[in-house]
Amino acid sequence: MRVMVVWCPDWPVVAALADEGLPTRLPAAVFRANIVQACNAAARAVGVRRGMRRRDAQGRCPELRVYAAVPDRDARAFEPVLAAVEELRPGVAPLRPGLVALRAPGRFYGGEPAAAALLAERLVRLGVWDCRVGIADELFTAEQAARRAAPQDCFVVEPGQSVPFLRELPVEVIEDLPDGRDAVSLLKRLGLRTLGQLGDLAAADVRDRFGSQVAWVHRVVGGGGAELLATRTPPPELTCHVDFEPPLDSAETISFSVRRTADRFVAGLAGQHLVCTEVRIEARCEGESEPSCSRVWLHPRWFGAADLVDRLHWQLQAVTTVRRSGPVRAPVDRVVFEPVSVVPDAVHADGLWGGTEERVERGIARVQGMLGHEAVVRPVLQGGRSPAARQAFVAWGERPSGLRPRDGQGAPPWPGSIPPPAPSRVLATPWSADVTGAAGRPVDVDERGSVTCAPERFRPDPSGGWQPVAAWAGPWPVEELWWEGDPRRVARFQVVGVDGRAWLMTWESTGDAGVWWTEAAYD
Amino acid sequence: MGTSTGTGSTAETIAQLRNRMARMHDGVPRLALETHPALAGLVQLRAGGSYAVDSASLALALMAGPSRAGGWCAVVGVGDFGAEAAYALGVDLGRTVLVPDPGDQWLEVTAALVDVATVVVVSPPGRVTEQVADRLAARLRKRSAVLVAQERTPGDWPRCEVRLTSREPAWSGAGAGHGHLRARRLVVEAQRGTAPPRRGALWFPAEDQTCRRLEGVAPVAGVEVAS
Repeated sequence: MRVMVVWCPDWPVVAALADEGLPTRLPAAVFRANIVQACNAAARAVGVRRGMRRRDAQGRCPELRVYAAVPDRDARAFEPVLAAVEELRPGVAPLRPGLVALRAPGRFYGGEPAAAALLAERLVRLGVWDCRVGIADELFTAEQAARRAAPQDCFVVEPGQSVPFLRELPVEVIEDLPDGRDAVSLLKRLGLRTLGQLGDLAAADVRDRFGSQVAWVHRVVGGGGAELLATRTPPPELTCHVDFEPPLDSAETISFSVRRTADRFVAGLAGQHLVCTEVRIEARCEGESEPSCSRVWLHPRWFGAADLVDRLHWQLQAVTTVRRSGPVRAPVDRVVFEPVSVVPDAVHADGLWGGTEERVERGIARVQGMLGHEAVVRPVLQGGRSPAARQAFVAWGERPSGLRPRDGQGAPPWPGSIPPPAPSRVLATPWSADVTGAAGRPVDVDERGSVTCAPERFRPDPSGGWQPVAAWAGPWPVEELWWEGDPRRVARFQVVGVDGRAWLMTWESTGDAGVWWTEAAYD
Repeated sequence: MGTSTGTGSTAETIAQLRNRMARMHDGVPRLALETHPALAGLVQLRAGGSYAVDSASLALALMAGPSRAGGWCAVVGVGDFGAEAAYALGVDLGRTVLVPDPGDQWLEVTAALVDVATVVVVSPPGRVTEQVADRLAARLRKRSAVLVAQERTPGDWPRCEVRLTSREPAWSGAGAGHGHLRARRLVVEAQRGTAPPRRGALWFPAEDQTCRRLEGVAPVAGVEVAS
């Protein structure tokens, strides 16, 4: 059995750049714990190396693009490559993102080099410019052959030639194995420079001294390392779509017609014991190749068929209300449901007794039907300085995303935030307020964060009456956006009137004078 | 038959008759709902009742009891909901729904949410007619829910069982530019029908951010009977 290995060098960097839609010629590196984990050829050309510290790497190459290591991103980006390889020859064994092995197609494509050329062409069409193919009798040799190949080319080790090929390789090639670095260092100190010299040692000595990984290499060099590939089955297709002929243009008709597709989508997931918690819904207009309206929806629990139909309805309604300017201009001829994240259904299984809040869901859905789905919200807490920033309202049926961490939940406290108790009324839009000091002088906060004169009278809203200040606390100064050209200085005060009611008021610098706002009330 | 047993049975009969009258008054036995301990002795929430408050924190305190017991809460027409204050009082935000801006459909939205939630806090845009209040009250009794009207001007919501008013708020902790607000002493007045109001002094909140009765002031006795 001949093995073909496809190697895409520096895959983490390629994936990171592709994620941002940037060309691969830019110098870039992926860092893990501030150490270069992978870098591309452009970065290597200016002296960036694996294992270098970030500071040193950026010193060598100031325009270096810095990315954090995200294994998920690498795997996700590699999926199209696997699919393309699978199309040519089923039964691929992904070794790690950037490296895949398969049984070499012998005669079907007219020989091994021809098959490799065809594969390289497919991958280049996918946008993977740097792909190298190695073909040999078994996996380790094929991988080493791929590393010897030129970009978009292949390196074939003829049948039976593996041992002479391997014997010439330097010992550094086993550096990527677990504990390989130590083994290489030790081999060099022992004076062993090539794999051939390693192969001449006794098998038992190698295993005892270097461990099982190097012993395996030793066996391969001796010509006895052929292994079966652990091939994967292609992942199931979970995306569902429905085509309309003739195309439909009313949101109601479309929602009615996708009902069965939604059922099929949920049933297809259920067949894999999965439920979908995040779904992308796309609608394509007649005569267009790209979907014209696409949105990702999150569900607090998981999507049933009715939820999917609702979400599609909302999505279409939202774009058809701005019909002439919106993205849906023509009747829709295709709707696609694509699962973005799925979880095993055991995670969300209903309890045996009670637990489900279906009655609540139905009642709230009725209100959403009256007012639109964003009119019903649920409050969530998050971190922040002002009371308004410390809470967020999430539309019912969506999951909150992008919340700031709260104090004491693994996050440092927010400087400049007001100590408890929290105000019971947090105004959605602050009221314009007035605060004056003795003899009607304006109260301002200077550069050092202290008040120019003590507040004596205030008016929390423009229509209300003035009243004297009984007590006040503050300021809590915050300098916002100081890194931009037009910094904003803000200071918060707690002001208690003689009627006993307390307010949270904000002073904000606007040029030379300050303005006052009422942000919240301790009602 | 001795006299003593006769008087005993008379008192029993009167109690029974009173009980039956109370049942006939609104059809279903009125279930007592969990109420925030700070308000014990001032008000006891009963399923199907309407309550009026004049401040946001009192509305949150009335929500807190049933919410802590596992009920859902809905807040209609309150655009300035303080989520953190609600959380501090014990409201479960995971079971709270807000409709900040229902527009002129506030009544339909309130009616729909009465089906769902145990406590519905509503801030009506203006004076509510008696017919509207009666229709909602019927629905509240049917669903064993409680309505809390957060009034903008006193008397907006007619026919409420208890009207809670906060009086003489006194914040401590803030001085002239030093310290910060720590605790508030508050007198809550509970007006039930035409009876003389009950008053109770509360730490709302106290220094340790809990809400409780002011020590040294005995709670008014005999409130349970009147409900």
